[in-house]
Amino acid sequence: MSEDIKNTSCRDVPDGELVRRSQGGELAAFEELAFRHEEKVYSLAMRMLRHEQDAEDVTQQSFLNAMENLQSFRGDSSFSTWICRIAIHGALKLIRKRKSRSMVSLDETAGEEGDHGTIPHPEYIADWRESPEELVHRNEIQRLLEEALSGLDEKHRMVFLLRDVEGFSVKETAESLGLTETNVKVRLLRARLQLREVLTRTLGDPDTRVVRHHEHAR
Amino acid sequence: MKCEELLAMLNEYVDGTVDPSVCMEYEKHMAGCDPCKVVVDNIRKTIILYKEGKPYELPLTFRNRLHETLRQKWPKSGPGS
Ligand SMILES: [Zn+2]
Repeated sequence: MSEDIKNTSCRDVPDGELVRRSQGGELAAFEELAFRHEEKVYSLAMRMLRHEQDAEDVTQQSFLNAMENLQSFRGDSSFSTWICRIAIHGALKLIRKRKSRSMVSLDETAGEEGDHGTIPHPEYIADWRESPEELVHRNEIQRLLEEALSGLDEKHRMVFLLRDVEGFSVKETAESLGLTETNVKVRLLRARLQLREVLTRTLGDPDTRVVRHHEHAR
Repeated sequence: MKCEELLAMLNEYVDGTVDPSVCMEYEKHMAGCDPCKVVVDNIRKTIILYKEGKPYELPLTFRNRLHETLRQKWPKSGPGS
């Protein structure tokens, strides 16, 4: 972060106070909010859109929207939650636009039959060698996570991101994506199982690998 | 409870929305079934990793451009007025 352009008087101020100062017209306070949350917003947009330019556009538009609607922000949620919701909304809008442009069916329920089939069984089952706290700061782990996420279909990825990463409820996830709650639950289960499978193949300790007995398998 | 039934209710268990009687059955099953126990633990850790991860750095040129834009668009008379 470029400390030189940061307003030092804002640095230890909590977000809520920065919002009030921004509402009062203090640009430096709003910029500090942007410094604090821009990376999170950009990451979220990248995870949803998989495209740098689009992620940048959504990030910028999100902060501009926040600026415009600052007076309506009452602090019922944190600024972080608020700006992330704006970004999710913007990213979803872009995804819908992309779809209509490429003439892909907008009907998300098309091909939904697959969602009601059998649940894929976990295959590689082993304890992880390290805790998430130890893993999370390492670059190669971040790469592994994003590769695994890219391996999911968009419909599974979106549900996982909204529900598990952004903490949307099942109902909110369903409303945001135009799905039924049942669809959300089925997709979420598939996403979780698939990510678990991929991550465990790398992070699992082969010595602790457990194999299901045959009668347990079905 | 069979492994299959446990798998079908995995979301509810991991999210803590399963009802207490089912929860007890779930835990009883896991106490005697290592694979299921490990799968649940793996999934919990998977979610934590994605939640806590900071996957992308903001490109510096974009950060500068973003702040430039914010300064330009900041209304002279205060935001939203
Ligand atoms: Zn089991």
